[in-house]
Amino acid sequence: MRGLLIAPVVIPLATAVLLLVLRPSRRVEHALSALGCVALLGAALMLLVRVAGGGVAAMQLGDWAAPFGVSFVADRLGAAMVTVTAVIGLAVSVFAMAEIDDRRRRFGFAGFVQILLGGVCGAFLTGDVFNLYVWYEVMLIASFALLTLGGERIQIDGAVKYVALNMISTLLFLSGCGLLYGLTGTLNMADLHAKLPAVANQGLVTAVAVVFAIGFGIKAALFPLFFWLPASYHTPPVAVSALFAGLLTKVGVYSLIRFFTLIFTGDAAFTGALLAAAAAFTMVTGVLGAAAQNEMRRILGFHIVSQIGYMVMGLAIATPLALAGAVFYTLHHIVVKANLFLVSGVVRRLSGSGDLARTGGLYAQAPLLAALFLVPAFSLAGFPPLSGFWAKLFLVKAALEAQAPWIVAVLIGVGLLTVYSMTKIWAEVFWKAPPEPRAALPPLRGGERALLFGPIVGLAAITVAIGLWPAPLFDYADAAARELADPRDYVAAVLGSRP
Amino acid sequence: MEVLLAILIGVMFGASVYLMLSRNWVRYLFGFIVISNAVNLLLFAVGRVELGRPALVPPGLAAPDGPVANSLPQALILTAIVIGFGLLAFALVLASRAWAELGTVDVDAMRVAEPREDAAREGRDA
Repeated sequence: MRGLLIAPVVIPLATAVLLLVLRPSRRVEHALSALGCVALLGAALMLLVRVAGGGVAAMQLGDWAAPFGVSFVADRLGAAMVTVTAVIGLAVSVFAMAEIDDRRRRFGFAGFVQILLGGVCGAFLTGDVFNLYVWYEVMLIASFALLTLGGERIQIDGAVKYVALNMISTLLFLSGCGLLYGLTGTLNMADLHAKLPAVANQGLVTAVAVVFAIGFGIKAALFPLFFWLPASYHTPPVAVSALFAGLLTKVGVYSLIRFFTLIFTGDAAFTGALLAAAAAFTMVTGVLGAAAQNEMRRILGFHIVSQIGYMVMGLAIATPLALAGAVFYTLHHIVVKANLFLVSGVVRRLSGSGDLARTGGLYAQAPLLAALFLVPAFSLAGFPPLSGFWAKLFLVKAALEAQAPWIVAVLIGVGLLTVYSMTKIWAEVFWKAPPEPRAALPPLRGGERALLFGPIVGLAAITVAIGLWPAPLFDYADAAARELADPRDYVAAVLGSRP
Repeated sequence: MEVLLAILIGVMFGASVYLMLSRNWVRYLFGFIVISNAVNLLLFAVGRVELGRPALVPPGLAAPDGPVANSLPQALILTAIVIGFGLLAFALVLASRAWAELGTVDVDAMRVAEPREDAAREGRDA
């Protein structure tokens, strides 16, 4: 059990060390990174099965008893996030084998991807606030490297904005750690859950909660803190964009869910209202920003922002159904969003650009790609019977039960506007006649075709499967939400017998 | 002692927020240096300051004799310093690359990734 909890961190980091130290040939490197991702997926699935069957699992690193050492905890939410991280890691690593050029490869591209995966998994599994900060930094440094690797002008420009705002997020998070420690003398999340209600000045606790909300809000790209995302996500190679789009903002969302269900539950009326307002503005500005864009990845980047609003809205409503909706939404969204970015990569490869004015005619040129685009695009917009429909349905139902008609209106209105952007991409990229003159690009070779399309087909299959059989995932999300709403199991697993 | 530190931290936060609001990326980095040290001091101060009581176990005893200084903030600060240094080193190299590639350190003038509407249209027509 102990090994299983730490494996999702150790496997990618060990793979990264091998990749960065050995600097193997192309063939060996591809084999190693694929092997690392498959091993990570295997470990994550074992953890998932263990947690789904036996409840929250915890271990103490170095055998220092909680709350003095660093705890690693896997509850249903954490285990599911680790699993979907492994899926995205595998898909992106395979896609990158076809996309990433030799220069970037020699500078250690595959190694940085593995470090990023290790950091993300660490963030999902740790039970200690300061340790979470460290995993954030592991993730952040790896993302800096991936974002700038290759050093094109556009990448440097995007990276300046990405680095500037993410460093502020880091500093707020660290300040928050310090203030929490000053209030309670502990940084263990389960211990904080027990000790924060005893703090005399609850106003201070709410102030610290807002410090964390802003720090995580920057990471999650919440309104009005999201400007780094559309400024940078379209600049690196598509494999990097897809990895970031799938995972990084969702670590911010995960942290918000974890902190506002486990730690900061004292002033739920205030924090809930704050998160609800931020979520609504995030949804609306994201989707309107997307409508104004003319580049495929920039449209998708704004849609990440808009979709983050849905997940945080689930957290803000905070009933068990809404939390289940937020968990379901997050898991479905990671798969869909990464897949849309991968599709944009093939579009770029086939037409030489992601600019809508320079693309066209791909429906005739690549009908399979057109069909594959429709799966994640309609899922994102919430068409039945795809996964996004169910995710939105649960949130709308939760908002109706909470008697918040304005939330229902925002949820549905933003969904409709999402359709607008998706049809715009469809019309411009796939349907309209190709612009003249068209640069002649080399056709896809067999191996390249398999590496580019394999991950897209796999992720689309997951989306369709969730859409056709939503019950198992919803039951799981529901159980995860119950654990979040009532963290007694979590606290008991970390602190032992104490309540 | 904590009060003095709190005032110092407040002044440092204020100065660095002023610097970080600048469009000039180099000024932003100066602000980052100041604010990351301010946060380190914050971590130090919240652990409560004890004067002249090192966290040492005297010879022959199994535990410290009487109250000693809190050593956890030191471990936290050490980690934070190392991470902050790494971030700063990366950001400095990025600043130098931005100056070399884009010819400016004014972040508002960096419009390669997000071209203005009219410039984007011209680029498309060209």
